Amino acid sequence: MKKALKNIYLIIILLFLYMPILTLVVLSFNQSKSMFKWTGLSLRWYRELFSNGEILRAVWNTFSIAFCAAVAATLIGTLGAIGLQAMKKRPRNLILSVNQIPLLNADIVIGISLMLTFIAAGLYLSWGTVLLAHIFFCLPYVLLSVMPRLRQSTASTYEAALDLGASSFQAFLTVVLPEIWPGIISGFLLSFTMSVDDFVVTHFTRGAGINTISTLIYSQVRVGIRPVLFALSTLIFLVVLLALLVSNRMQRKEETA
Amino acid sequence: MKDALVELQHITKAFGENVVLDDLSLAIEENEFVTLLGPSGCGKSTTIRIVGGFEKPDQGRVLFEGKDITDVPPNRRNLNTVFQKYALFPHLTVGQNVAYGLVISGKTDQYIRDKVRYGLKLVNLAGFEDRRIESLSGGQQQRVAMARAIVNEPKLLLLDEPLGALDLKLREEMEYELRNLKEELGITFLYVTHDQEEALTMSDKVVVLNGGYIQQMGTPEEIYNEPENAFVASFIGDSNIVPGKMVRDRLVEIYGVPFPCVDEGFGENRPVDVVIRPEDLILREPGAGKLDGTVISNIFIGVHYEMQVAAGGFEWLVQNTVSHPVGEHVSLDVIPENIQIMKRPASEDEEALALDV
Ligand SMILES: Nc1ncnc2c1ncn2[C@@H]1O[C@H](COP(=O)(O)OP(=O)(O)OP(=O)(O)O)[C@@H](O)[C@H]1O
Ligand SMILES: [Mg+2]
Repeated sequence: MKKALKNIYLIIILLFLYMPILTLVVLSFNQSKSMFKWTGLSLRWYRELFSNGEILRAVWNTFSIAFCAAVAATLIGTLGAIGLQAMKKRPRNLILSVNQIPLLNADIVIGISLMLTFIAAGLYLSWGTVLLAHIFFCLPYVLLSVMPRLRQSTASTYEAALDLGASSFQAFLTVVLPEIWPGIISGFLLSFTMSVDDFVVTHFTRGAGINTISTLIYSQVRVGIRPVLFALSTLIFLVVLLALLVSNRMQRKEETA
Repeated sequence: MKDALVELQHITKAFGENVVLDDLSLAIEENEFVTLLGPSGCGKSTTIRIVGGFEKPDQGRVLFEGKDITDVPPNRRNLNTVFQKYALFPHLTVGQNVAYGLVISGKTDQYIRDKVRYGLKLVNLAGFEDRRIESLSGGQQQRVAMARAIVNEPKLLLLDEPLGALDLKLREEMEYELRNLKEELGITFLYVTHDQEEALTMSDKVVVLNGGYIQQMGTPEEIYNEPENAFVASFIGDSNIVPGKMVRDRLVEIYGVPFPCVDEGFGENRPVDVVIRPEDLILREPGAGKLDGTVISNIFIGVHYEMQVAAGGFEWLVQNTVSHPVGEHVSLDVIPENIQIMKRPASEDEEALALDV
């Protein structure tokens, strides 16, 4: 009895969490354009999706920007974290608190101020400015995920490597990097997700010609959403689900190793 | 005389306002076991880090086999360090940790494998190659750190409180093993500890550090039997340190009572400090010794009884295998050889420095 209750409770929670996505998935296979009437199973919207240049361009923009921004932010952030770690306590804490500001600041303020800065600097708003903006707001996340890793005795193992004859570059590659690697990976993943997820900052810094998935959907809301976008959202959901499963599997392997 | 292996010349080092080492000079002979001994924060680690190349002295030079290495980076010094907190590489196995230095210097696989096996066997960890670091106990990690350093066959091994994190029994075992290891390898040890027993047990030479200065340097026997000042006397073992007056050569007056002693050259009627070890005090029948008094406490601490005797206005610490109950009247005596005379510090400054334990 108790067990049954427990299970029912669990199912309700799961339904509550996944109902919206389930609705989306179901509707993406609907033949008609209607959001209320089920007229039969069809892959029509998926076909349309892959022949729609505008949508494909938006998908490409979204992921190319996310990838480049995550790589750049991870590189800069990691180097920054290492530099910060070597600094004296006071300036380090000062910089770390400054680092918090973009995290707490409203997206809209970041978006508008970046847009104004780009225009003032004479930059033409385009793919490049969106990328710069995304690097900007991803950086603090990388710093935050790498810094704690560096605190754990890395300075002393680095010295131990030097003591055993390694050059500072060798010591960095063989000792420091492996120790902070999990922090770097999570910084990269966080950045990637934040970038894919972003709407507000992209909206203000993208200029006329370019769209990402989120700005495209937003612009279509006004003219009425077509089920093509349901199909797109379903695909994105599947990709995310897959990534999650893979990363879980990898984590479990690492734990048992 | 042969050149020293390592020589520290007039080293001064400050962190901001905090002067940690002040004009410190020290020579370490080849194949010597030298121990830096001093209370926490006295600059032991700083000294060893200067020798290792991890800190630059503000002034002074470090010589290695006669060559100035003050500006040589740590990876190009022919020495290895066992760090205070081991600093093992957590993402590598025990075997990979030990092999690290050999891999860096480009040795052949066969050589590395043999050497790692040899190193682990030396520290009693044969067969531990594939274990993960976090699966080892503190003592085992400590020994991996030792093996990792010695497989590189350095001329000099620096050890920064390597036994600090171990419990007493393990520590005693490791002291013995370290000493054996040193005999077997024939390399020079510069060892750091704040534990006086450890220092006295293992070293050829003990260097007592405090307040940025070398307080005394000598063999364990010299340090124990002939402490040069009150700091060394109170830091090394228990002792009775009392004010006295050097009447003339070979005669000192303690609490108004003349005691024959063996020290000379302090001048006549000069105030001095007198050190008498608790185990050197002899308890006699009242009147039969030199200073009469009363036993005021008595505890059994294993091999012997530790008693306090109030005599001449001082509470003397006495260790004896024969118990004398509290309240008993006794008389204190001591043979001349067991009285150690120390110069009283000339200025208050010097005294403050010496007593700042
Ligand atoms: N990098 C540093 N920056 C500032 N002060 C330091 C630094 N390293 C050491 N000190 C200071 O120098 C003094 C001596 O430190 P050191 O580590 O040499 O002491 P120690 O004798 O090894 O002590 P312990 O027995 O506790 O290890 C201490 O007061 C310490 O606070
Ligand atoms: Mg220390």
